[in-house]
Amino acid sequence: MQANMVMAINDALRIAMENDSKVVLLGEDIGKDGGVFRVTEGLLAKFGEKRVIDTPLAESGIIGTSVGMALAGLRPIPEIQFAGFMFLGFSQLVNHAARFRSRSRSTLTVPMVVRTPVSGGVRTLEHHSESPEVYYSHMGGLVVVEPSSPYDAKGLMLSAVKLDDPVVFLEPTKLYRLFKQDIPDGSYEVPIGKANVLREGNDITIITYGTMVNVVQKTVDAKKVDAEIIDLRTINPLDTRTFVESAKKTGHVVIVHEASESFGAGAEVAARIAEEAIYELDAPILRVASPSLPYPFPGYEKYYLPNEKKIAEAIDKSLSS
Amino acid sequence: MVVKQVFDDKIEYISIIDENGNADAALFPKDVDDALVLRMYKRMGFARDFDAKLLSLQRQGRAVTYAPLLGEEATQIGSAFAMGEKDIFVPSFRQHAVQIERGIPLELLFIYWMGFEEGCVVSKPLRYLTNAVPVSTQLPHASGIAFAQKYNNTGAAVVVYVGDGGTSEGDFYEALNFAGVWKVPLVVIIENNQWAISIPRAKQSAALTLAQKAFAAGIEGMQVDGNDVVAVYKAVKDAIRRSLSEGGPFVIEAITYRMGMHTTADDPTKYRDSSDEAIWKNRDPLLRIRKYLSAKNLWDDDKERELHEENVKTLDAALEKAEKFVPDPSSVFKNVYSFMPDVLSSELSAGEAAGYWLGD
Repeated sequence: MQANMVMAINDALRIAMENDSKVVLLGEDIGKDGGVFRVTEGLLAKFGEKRVIDTPLAESGIIGTSVGMALAGLRPIPEIQFAGFMFLGFSQLVNHAARFRSRSRSTLTVPMVVRTPVSGGVRTLEHHSESPEVYYSHMGGLVVVEPSSPYDAKGLMLSAVKLDDPVVFLEPTKLYRLFKQDIPDGSYEVPIGKANVLREGNDITIITYGTMVNVVQKTVDAKKVDAEIIDLRTINPLDTRTFVESAKKTGHVVIVHEASESFGAGAEVAARIAEEAIYELDAPILRVASPSLPYPFPGYEKYYLPNEKKIAEAIDKSLSS
Repeated sequence: MVVKQVFDDKIEYISIIDENGNADAALFPKDVDDALVLRMYKRMGFARDFDAKLLSLQRQGRAVTYAPLLGEEATQIGSAFAMGEKDIFVPSFRQHAVQIERGIPLELLFIYWMGFEEGCVVSKPLRYLTNAVPVSTQLPHASGIAFAQKYNNTGAAVVVYVGDGGTSEGDFYEALNFAGVWKVPLVVIIENNQWAISIPRAKQSAALTLAQKAFAAGIEGMQVDGNDVVAVYKAVKDAIRRSLSEGGPFVIEAITYRMGMHTTADDPTKYRDSSDEAIWKNRDPLLRIRKYLSAKNLWDDDKERELHEENVKTLDAALEKAEKFVPDPSSVFKNVYSFMPDVLSSELSAGEAAGYWLGD
């Protein structure tokens, strides 16, 4: 089927619900409205109000009740309408979802997938453009994934639903309808915890994910540089091996993400490469990310966000050193 | 112009056995006989002995910071006895007596208070959760678990506990609100012990009762004498039945008193008037039932001594087993995910190679 990311995730949710009656969806406006981005469109009509639940407007309530449902054997897929609102449910994620397995020595598990749209570039209001992946990755216990294509979105969702761990599933708003891809009609899985080598190359390794994947691809195509492009796909736990091996091969590393630079995922990736491969590098590891400040109003986001020019300059700088 | 009353409700308070051990015959529940009162009294005695044991272990450095239940035995034992076999219990962090009655092995409780996750292992099917420390965050879990009971038509209710301070948290209201909309079998017990560490009930909320907070979520609430084990038993039993048969949550505010400290790290003399403590000493939940049973010649000093001796033996035997527990540091790495990520396995093996995980 030809699908954009919205259609791909919608299809994955449908398949997951058909395969397992324990899967329930809950969130604000996900029923008749089909979600503000229409990701759950048509699912209420197909599965009914018992399994597609319009909830009161309360993010901690949505995530906290999902934790309870999961403890009791259901497999909830809560939707948080925007990543900026998810912080109201942060306590439930870090204090409970992330900890139930370890604090019960695996006798209690929280199999749930918290979906939320992330990142900017879509000229929307405050609190609708954040890239929060690192908050959820830092404490351990949560799996954090972020697809960059319709194919990966469907496959990662179908993997996430089967996983007996809490998964934070980050959906880049900008990519929801940016392009369509031919993806399989039926069920398939994209492995969690495995990075994707999107392009093999010998001169430089570019490690990225989410909204920046296609920007990196365009930059590399335009520059005709022999770059290896790695899409992390899973932010936590990181597939360290894939990018460390690539760094050893090329000796040049640029890390690109939309989230702000300080304490970002790029810092973790850079540290891992430094620890395991620094003597095999020919240049300092460079990062291209947003400045270390709160996400600005939409009028300023074009200055704030990484773009092809900034990435191209980093590639040149790395290759010239 | 129209002026009309659009909302009206009331909160009832019930008490059945008073401070002198006198029972109100009209209110006394039909399904409670003296044998049951005696059993509940004995279990309140066990709870108090357990509490004293933990306090002593903490003072000796053999247990971590502990939250005593002293004074709250009737709320806990009355409600625990009211639960059915299938009902699911969700605690905050002070319901040790309920944990014991719901069948959590004493040995595990000791291991928990010695500071090990292995004390929180839970058996299947799900009948309880273990302690939730962040305050009120367990309430949304309880609503979600209650949703699952309705979804799977199990016929089980969920009974969740929260303190008076916990009713000020957002999660308290969110959980009640969800449960109200979903009409799930949930009983919320507000174990109002008058103090949230140093903050007295009056500073916690301007609401006349905490039970009335249920109204904002469209559900019913009531107050019960939390130091009267029979009244608590009746209130909780009725609430569970209602929550299942009429399909909806219910809030019970149990009025009790934290006779001890918030935790072993707390010193109530800094903020609490001893005259307040003296008033509540007379309302001791064990004292009134002892008077009730003694008047019927069902209890005396010898029986009291025997009970206490038996309790101590049981507790010591469980403690002896618990103290044989051998911690396995690798277990903290092996139970984070359903799989072992590279980063954790390399941290574990590096730590093992360096001898960091070999103990003292």
